[in-house]
This record gives sequence, C-alpha cells and structure tokens, in this order.
Amino acid sequence: MGNLLNVSKIEKYYGSRSSLTKAIDDLSFKVDRGEFVAIMGASGSGKTTLLNVISTIDKVTSGHIYIDETDITKLKGNNLNKFRREELGFIFQDFNLLDTLTAYENIALALSIQRTSANDLEHKVKDVAEKLDIKNVLNKYPYQMSGGQKQRVAAARAIVTNPKIILADEPTGSLDSKSAKMLLERFNYLNEELKATILMVTHDAFTASYATRVIFIKDGKLFKELYRGDKNRKEFFEDIIDVVTLLGGELEGAL
Amino acid sequence: MLFKLSLKNITKSFKDYAIYFLTLILGVAIFYVFNALDSQTVMMNVSSSAQDIIKLMMNMLSGVSVFVSFILGFLIIYASRFLIKRRNKEFGIYLTLGMSRRKISLILFFETLFIGLISLIIGIGLGTILSQFMSLLVANMFEADLTKFTFVFSKASALKTVIYFGIMYLLVMIFNTVVISKCKLIDLLASSKTNEKIKLKNPYLCVIIFIIASIILGKAYYMVTYDVHTLSEVTDIIKPIIMGVIATFLIIWSLSGLILRISMSRPKFYYKGLNSFTIRQFSSKINTTVVSMTIICLMLFITICFLSACLTIKNSMNANMKKLAPVDAQFATLMNMDKDYDYYRGFGYSDNQIKNSHIKVTDMFKIFGMDITKYFKEYIEVNTYATHGLTMNDTLGSKLQMMKDKFPFLNYSTEETIMKISDYNKVAAMYGNKKYTLKKDEYIIIADFESLVKIRNVALENNEVIKVFNHSLKPKYQKCQDGFIDMSSNHINTGIVVVPDEVIDENYLNQNYIIGNYKVKDKDKIAALENKINALRKNPKVTDYLLPSGNTKYDIREATIGLSAMVTFIGIYLGIIFLISSAAILALKELSESSDNRERFIMLRKLGADEKMINKALFRQILIFFMFPLVLALIHSVFGIMFAMNILEVFGKEELFSSIIMTAIFIVFIYGGYFLITYLCSKNIIK
Repeated sequence: MGNLLNVSKIEKYYGSRSSLTKAIDDLSFKVDRGEFVAIMGASGSGKTTLLNVISTIDKVTSGHIYIDETDITKLKGNNLNKFRREELGFIFQDFNLLDTLTAYENIALALSIQRTSANDLEHKVKDVAEKLDIKNVLNKYPYQMSGGQKQRVAAARAIVTNPKIILADEPTGSLDSKSAKMLLERFNYLNEELKATILMVTHDAFTASYATRVIFIKDGKLFKELYRGDKNRKEFFEDIIDVVTLLGGELEGAL
Repeated sequence: MLFKLSLKNITKSFKDYAIYFLTLILGVAIFYVFNALDSQTVMMNVSSSAQDIIKLMMNMLSGVSVFVSFILGFLIIYASRFLIKRRNKEFGIYLTLGMSRRKISLILFFETLFIGLISLIIGIGLGTILSQFMSLLVANMFEADLTKFTFVFSKASALKTVIYFGIMYLLVMIFNTVVISKCKLIDLLASSKTNEKIKLKNPYLCVIIFIIASIILGKAYYMVTYDVHTLSEVTDIIKPIIMGVIATFLIIWSLSGLILRISMSRPKFYYKGLNSFTIRQFSSKINTTVVSMTIICLMLFITICFLSACLTIKNSMNANMKKLAPVDAQFATLMNMDKDYDYYRGFGYSDNQIKNSHIKVTDMFKIFGMDITKYFKEYIEVNTYATHGLTMNDTLGSKLQMMKDKFPFLNYSTEETIMKISDYNKVAAMYGNKKYTLKKDEYIIIADFESLVKIRNVALENNEVIKVFNHSLKPKYQKCQDGFIDMSSNHINTGIVVVPDEVIDENYLNQNYIIGNYKVKDKDKIAALENKINALRKNPKVTDYLLPSGNTKYDIREATIGLSAMVTFIGIYLGIIFLISSAAILALKELSESSDNRERFIMLRKLGADEKMINKALFRQILIFFMFPLVLALIHSVFGIMFAMNILEVFGKEELFSSIIMTAIFIVFIYGGYFLITYLCSKNIIK
C-alpha cells in the first residue's frame, strides 16, 4: 500500500517577530492507506495545529502536505472547499452537529453539500447508520441524544461521503469511558472492515491504544513512533504508557 | 469603573447594536422633522387660510406623534429586552464575581444613557438637515415661493423630541432594572447551554388550523369587499378586523409547522445543497416568533393600505381639483321654498327667507348691495327644477325594491334635480365637459358619485321610463353620463336628470345659478374679492334674505391643498415609523442570532460548503424571514385597499395605480434597505 498522506518538513509559526512561537517545527511523517494513526502529545505540543493544517483549516508556514500526490498547501479558494468536502471527513471533540437538524439530516447534509442526488442519499445514510449502530436515533435531534450517540452520528457524517482520510480531533474528549469504548470499537471496525484511513489526535493513552500506530509529538517535533504490530490492545496500551512516562509527566491525564 | 465598563460594552457589542442604533437615530430624526414642520412654514409666504390648515395639520401631527411614540417605545423596550437576553452570560459572570444587582443595573443605566444621548444628538442633527429638504416639499405643496429660504432649527420640536424620547429611555431604564433584579443566577449562566427544543407541530392539526384560519380570513375579506354595503356602522368594521388578526396569527402559527413538513416531504428539494439547513433555520426562528411575526405582518399591512390610501387621496385631490373646479366661481340660491314650507322651516330657514325666495342670484346680490355681474369677465345663468313627482323612487322604477333591499340606508324619497338640456349644455361648455342632444321623449342622468352611478345604471339598463311634468321619457343612454354642476373637490354629483327644454314647468324652479370667471386673475386680488363677498354675511339683511351660497375655485384649492398636505404628511410619517419598526425587529432578531449562526456556518465550512453556497444559504434565510410577513401583508392589502377605495370613492380611483407604485417604492427602499443591511452585517459576522 502506498502513502496516502505525506507530511514533509512542515513548520508553523505563530506570533510576531519579537515573540515567535513554533507550534510545529520541522515535522515529517507518512501515513499509509488503511492505517489508523493516533497522534499524542501534551497540550501545546502542536497536535491540534497539525490536524488543522492537514485539514486545510489552517496554513503551514513552510513545508508541504501531500494527500494522494496532491499538495494541499497549494490549494486555494473553491478548490480548497472541493478538496475538503470530497477528500476529508471530520470528527470533533464537541461533536459539532447542527442542533436544528435531526441525526438523519445532519448526516444527509454532508452528502447534499456534495450535491449527491436525493435518491442515493437515503440508502447511503441508512447504510452508514447501520455500520455505526445509530439507526434508532436517526430521527432524533442532537439535544435528545447521549454524547456517545452524538459522536457516532458525527462519525457517520464524516464517513458517509467516502472520504480518503478521516480526521478526528479528540473524539473521545467529551465522552464517558463506556461511550468512548463503543466509539473506538466502531473506529476499529471502520478501519479493519472498511479499510478507512483514520488520523486521530488525542492525549488519552487508552484512546490511542486502539490505533495501529501512535506518533508522539513534543514541542512541535516528532518525539517517538510506536507500531502496534502483533501486540494485543492491552500490551500496546502498556507500551504507550511507557512512552508517556518517558515524556515526563507532561502528558498528565493520560494515565 | 462601571462607567468605563458600560462604554466598553457598547463599543464591543456595536455589531449587535448598530441596527438598533440606526433605528433610534432614524426614529428621533423623523419625530423631529414632522414636529418641526410648522417652523418651516412660518418663513414662507402662505395665505392666511393655508396658515389655518397648517395649524390644524400640526395639531393632527402632534396627535399622531403620541401614537408614534408609543410604537417607538414598544420597539425600544422590545429591542433592549432582546439585547439583555443576549448578554445573560456576561451578567452571570458579573454576579459570580460578586457584583451587586444594583451595580449591574447601573451599568445598564449608563449604557441606555449613552445610547440615548448619542441617538438624540445625532438624530436631531440629522432631523435638522432633513427638515431643510422637507421645507422644499412643504413650499411646493402650499405653492409658496422659496425666495427667502433660511436655515431653520425648531427649538420647540427639538425640546419635544428630547422629552418624548427621554421618557421612553427612562421607561427602558426602569424596565431593565426590573429584569435584572428578577433574574436568577443559574438561569443567567445556563441560558446559553439549554438547547433550544425543537417541537414539530402535529401536521394534521396544522392543516386543520390552516384551513380554519383561511376560512376566517376569507370571510373577513368577503365582509370588507363584496359585502361591504352591509357595514353601515363604524363599529361593524371591528368584527372583520378581529377576525383578520386572529386568522393572521393562526396562519403564521400553522405555516411555521407546515413549511417544514411540506419541504421535508419533497426530499429532492429538501436535500439539495444547504436547503435542509436553511429551512430548519427559518422554521426554528419563526416557531419562536409567531407573535412578533403577526404584529410585523399587521404593521406592514397597515402601512401598505394607509400609505396607498393617503397617496391616492392626495393624488386624486390634485387631479380632481383641475377637473371639478374648472371655473372661478359658482353661486346658487334656493327658489320657491314656500312650496315646501315645513321642510325648509325644519332646516332652520326663517319665515322671511322662505317668503323672499323668488329672487334670483344676481338680484339677491343687489339686495345685499353688490352687483356681482360686474366682477365677472364672463358668466352664465342656469336653473334646476325639482318636484315631488320625481324622486329616486320614480327614477329607479321597477328596480326600486331590489335597490332598497341592497342599500337600505339611502333616502329614496329625495326629489331629483331636473335640468333643461340647453341649460346643462351651457354649463358643460363653461366647464369643458361633454355636451348632449335629446329627442323629445328622452332623458339623460348625469352623475359621478360612483356608488349611486352603479345604482342608477341598474335602472337605466332596464330602460326605466319616467314621468317628468306629465311627459313620459325613456333613457337615451343605458348608463349615467359623467358631469356635474356644483363645483367641489370630489366626485359628489349623485345625479341630475337632464330633460328636453319643452318638458319643464317653470313653476318648479328649485335653484338659480350663476357660473363664471372673474375679471381679476391675480391670486391676491381674487382673495380680496372673495373676502368682500364673504363679508356680506355680516350684513343684517341675512335674516330676511337668503344670501347665495358659492363654490369657488380659490376656496376649493386652498382646502384641497391643505387636506392633501395633511394626509400626505400623516401617511408618510406613520408609514416610515411602522416600516422601520417592523424591519428593525426582524433585523435585530436575525442579527442577535448571528452568533449562534456563526458556529453553524463555521461547521458548514468545515464540512466543505464553499463561500458561494454559504452566502446563498444566508441570503435565502434572511430573505425568507423578511418576505414571510410581507407576503401575507400584501395579500391582506389587496383586500384592505379595495375596502379603503370603497370608503374613499368620492376621491376617485384614477390615481390608485400610481399610489400603489409609490408605496411599493417606499417599502422597497426602507424595508429592502433594512434587509440589505441585515444581510451584509450577518455576512460580516459569520466570516
């Protein structure tokens, strides 16, 4: 399998010349098609900035990001919007569902923005709802759903358009442990059965242990990479904890 | 510190305040302009009767101003309640930090004070500038020369504006204090978190309510248009109005549920682009604003009807004046009053007046010591006749009963005015109206009062034969012919039966007329002459002799100008206030929600919706929100204007079309302006 995502020597600076902050400092890594990658780091390590530049919400100061040979740092205007809506799927910490729409409509909106015809729409939504086990909440509004249900609806919205890569920003951040587990199992299912490529930012070791690879970032630089290989989730979790300890307690709350 | 906080709050939330601020300034400016109208005219050279009319107009305008201040007061309180709601969290934080309620009230007090002061200063400044343009308009209307144009500032109006708005702001301050002292901390902090619950209304209930409301509305429409003649008392109109208000509310209530349902049932439309989002946005907004939507709709309706009616009156009056007062003067006196001694006695004529009612106009003037004919360059003398033998009972003939059933309030036993064809043609020649010829056995009815024309036409179409002084006559035309003999500012000729000369019995002479043009042409000289004629009323002989009554072009003109100026100003005044109030409520509602919308639009952007799509969605969302009450108001207005035209038919309908166009331009300008500002501001906020 080839590289789907290629992050090459990117830098991101904030602030003025007098007080420069390097959020990302010469960072490179690659993600293969069908991988489930978690990015870990303490607050301020640059992980959210990284996700923002990959998702084209923010721009890099220098360097390149390729998704499927396309240099997304060079995209502009409507091409950028087109790229975002056709190639990317987003899942956010605070769900970001539209509170005026039902779950069904929230999922359908992602499709109708892509100008999917109304005929295809219904079975696509039903299909994805089945995969994420949210068929029974499709007609509910966000305020009628639990956090876990909301996040699964958000996940459904992210994958219904068949994006090349799903970007998840602290997806379990607002969930209790049971809901978080359920969501992550769904992620595993999407990754293993549907071969979805997932890039997830988290500061939680448990969440990260569901991934096939974990990239640790410190001060905007790559600190360490861990592959799951043949280990089971529990063993992988312990490996992650070791690195977190190595990072020196800066990742508080990860344990 | 509090002072500083208030000042910062205002500058910070300027985006929210901007349109509120603009509305206040406009309100102040307009209030000032219309109350300063008289000071504009003081400088002008207008006649004394015009001065009287201006005085009357100012009295009317200050009455209207009280009403206007109520409307603006409600708007201001509504708006400030709105703006406080938006800032619940801010106040919650103040309270948790230990600030007392009294101090928060003080912050709000200062804020209102700043806004009030600034809006008053800018508003009166703007008003002063606008009133200079207004004086051009006033001068044009009263035909005064503007040679000595001076810059006018009305202290009285400014003071009045400050007092009225001061009271309104004071009320707002009291209101705010009450709101703050009542609120609970938990509600303040949690207000942004409590998700808006979306209740889908039962579609069947909505349909039923919608149908019921439509029926009520249809009935109300019917009552004020086709069935209007049954509304004989002023209080009768209250019923259809109440029905209309209730129906409007129910229609908005049911449509707010139905629109969503209907569009959801059409998936091809609903799931196209951002349609589902737009419709949901609109429907959640209208669900929470049914009452305000109803009020806005009704205000728009009143504006449309009132403004177009006022403009029609104004335009028609000016047009009528040229047509219906074509010569300088017309004098008439009653003849042979002793035939109906008791009848005239009942009207308060004296014995001698009735006894002396055989003297014709010119001779009568001579008795009062004036040779009227020498003031005329040209004049004609004509007579009209009347007899108990010819009343409306007779002219309507076989159609009488039908008409009595339909129009029970008419007095059918009034004697008809009869005229010789030769006399009528003399008058027509003088007035520039159409002349007629008659065969021995024919008659014509000349009338221009629309509802009576309609009644008479029914009989004429039936070829109703009438008996005039023992001659049987049949109608020459199947319709009433346009024309008149009494000059006036309106179409009020209810009917003259014109017959061949030889039919007339001179014993039944009823009125003697002289109609003509003065020798003098100059406006001031005509005024002087008419003052002299009017002075005859003080002559002691008036108790014994009937002084001929007159309709003169000069009088009609002065009255017309004054009245048309009055209706124009009141129409525009109320129109602007109603329009800016309703548009401001919509704009405030839309803009204050823009922060919620901001999150939603950011979300849409993350989902990959491009700017074009988002702008389109925003534009549509605001457009629907603004159009919804307007469309309903327009439908109301169709019937409202029909009703108004029925009442105002004496003024004629010729000018209706141009008035509606003018009203439309007016609405597009103000309402559309608010719409555009709202769109641009919202676009700016969601960026």
